[in-house]
Amino acid sequence: MPQKSFRQALNEALRLEMRRDDGILVIGEDITGGKGATGEQDAWGGAFGVTKGLLKEFGEERVLDTPITESAFVGAAAGAAMTGLRPVVEIMFVDFLGVCFDQIFNQAAKFRYMFGGKAVTPMVLRATFGAGSGSASQHSQTLYPIFTHIPGLKVVIPSNPYDAKGLLIQAIRDDDPVIFLENKMLYDEMGEVPDGAYTIPFAEANFVREGRDVTIIALGRMVKRAMEAAGNLAKRGTECAVLDPRTLSPLDADSIIESVEQTGRVVIVDESYPRCGAAADIAALIAEEAFGALKAPIIKVTPPHCPVPYAPELENAFIPSAARVEAAVARVMEFRR
Amino acid sequence: MATNIHAITMPRWGMTMTEGRVVAWLAEVGDVLSSGQEILEVETEKIANALEASASGVLRRKLIEPQSTAAVGSLLGVIADANAGDAEIEAFVAAHQLRQKSEGAAETSVPAARLVDAIDGRINILSLGDGTATPAVLIHGFGGDLNSWLFNQSDLAAARPVHAVDLPAHGASSIPSGSLSLESVTRAVAAALDDIGVKRAHFVAHSLGATVVLLLTRDMPARVASLSLISPAGLGTQIDARYIEGFLSAERRPQMKQALSALFADPTQVRREMVDEVLRFMRGDGVPAALRGLADNAFPGGKQRLLLRDVVASAAVPVQIIWGEGDRIIPASQSQDLPPNAKVYLIEAAGHMAHLEQAGRVNELLADFMAAADAAEKPTRSAVR
Repeated sequence: MPQKSFRQALNEALRLEMRRDDGILVIGEDITGGKGATGEQDAWGGAFGVTKGLLKEFGEERVLDTPITESAFVGAAAGAAMTGLRPVVEIMFVDFLGVCFDQIFNQAAKFRYMFGGKAVTPMVLRATFGAGSGSASQHSQTLYPIFTHIPGLKVVIPSNPYDAKGLLIQAIRDDDPVIFLENKMLYDEMGEVPDGAYTIPFAEANFVREGRDVTIIALGRMVKRAMEAAGNLAKRGTECAVLDPRTLSPLDADSIIESVEQTGRVVIVDESYPRCGAAADIAALIAEEAFGALKAPIIKVTPPHCPVPYAPELENAFIPSAARVEAAVARVMEFRR
Repeated sequence: MATNIHAITMPRWGMTMTEGRVVAWLAEVGDVLSSGQEILEVETEKIANALEASASGVLRRKLIEPQSTAAVGSLLGVIADANAGDAEIEAFVAAHQLRQKSEGAAETSVPAARLVDAIDGRINILSLGDGTATPAVLIHGFGGDLNSWLFNQSDLAAARPVHAVDLPAHGASSIPSGSLSLESVTRAVAAALDDIGVKRAHFVAHSLGATVVLLLTRDMPARVASLSLISPAGLGTQIDARYIEGFLSAERRPQMKQALSALFADPTQVRREMVDEVLRFMRGDGVPAALRGLADNAFPGGKQRLLLRDVVASAAVPVQIIWGEGDRIIPASQSQDLPPNAKVYLIEAAGHMAHLEQAGRVNELLADFMAAADAAEKPTRSAVR
């Protein structure tokens, strides 16, 4: 099977879907290099290179390069979706979605419910997230818990190129607004990706690794860190299962409970802030549904409750590391009542 | 001087396997082993299975600890006669390890499958083994792919080239633009074999694949050197239509796991990785529709359309039928009252997938049968000369 980058996988998903359905539009800042800018158009393919080549194949009618006006074009996309188009919006950094909360929370997320199921909003908002690129506090956050909190939104966080393509195709075909979040440190990750179109359903966690001792639940870039930790721990005789929920809303509670019932020990690795975060939410689910299976407290491995630092050493310390995951696993393994 | 020293090596179970993990030894140093006895539990990312002794003798060395991982082809242990000297065994181990070092890269690389042009689309073929013996061709069943031969292909490839084929719209083969039928699939397989220069072969086929090779035998008999049919379709009308429907409509792990469980005598054979792999395949655009088309053609109204017992009866080549006693998809009772030229073997503790579930026994039947067919041909040829 061909090896492709996370970035290429996303580009292929967009391209294949736009060929299949001409109601699909791509909208965003600089996605063709900035409309009206001098120089070669689409030289780079958007700020992160994901939309490269779409302008040439699909034209300006379907690949809309916008001014710096998130609140306007996210609102426009929600309206377009209601009229029957299928917009895919690129938001350069998830942090910028703050200026369009009304469009997302009060409008797009509510249409289906408030119109009694008679309106659908097939819109995808793609945005980068995550620390590690030296982009400081306003361009590095992991805000998926905020969107997960809102009923009516679906929240997708791919961790590898194969999932990125299948989940994005699924998101585009879904009739509800989907927040599709891409960790910016994963764009150059390589993996096996088939050439054709395929889907991955939402609410189906991926059992990345099987293991009998501890369940490590991780999302996005943290899956790699969890796998690194699990590899190191296996050499010392501790077998960890690694579970990637892939979507936070809807959440595959069944697979989480199934794995916890096998191991009885849980470590959750989450790059979002610790308070009201994804880890806290999943920990609560396990405490409610699988308390009887637990042999040790549930441990969360998250950043501290502070903005993402700019200084490289501090930024590095902020992001959960494999070593911290290993220490958490050691704690649950050593726990005695 | 003892001469019987045999290596126990990490097997290759499937084309993507590069290493395996030893879960546990099932024998102790000093135990007397008979060929075929289970000696080692090995686990890969996809499958867990017992490794069988390839020779009889005494287990003289264990060279790997449980819970450790080794590359495909590496030496895991040594079986030898009781009277073989320790020095001899040490020399054998050293020689093997030296050879492994020099060949290491080649041994652990994943063999490459290739896509070849067929009539409508492209067919994926994985070829293992070499030499001038008549090649073997492996044809999987409905909804399967060439990986279903993961326990068989490399074993059989010790004696001859063995080509495992992905049927159209299955595995890594492309989805044809036209609708699928047993006949169109047969023509595509013949075209793909032409492309790789296989004019004549021993055919080993499972389930729906068996109907395909029976059609091939009927329409292009010169291509066929022998027929080994495992739980074949084409010999009776009955088939479990609920399985076909359950497989085609399963969208999630629990439903697919339940569907696949019907394939095995021991349902614990269906691990999550297997379920995930099948679901990944079925989630490709166009795959469910193509497979439903083929099912409608092959099993209209929940019955098998083609009955080809007369092809078996009139076959000019050796035919053997291998059937898991516990087959819940196509009942093993269809092996009764077959034309007398067909040798029938019922396999204990196996369901519809005898070649997976009882690989050792099935491999032995296949290898012996093909060797006998080759040997039977030789005198005729020299007589002609």
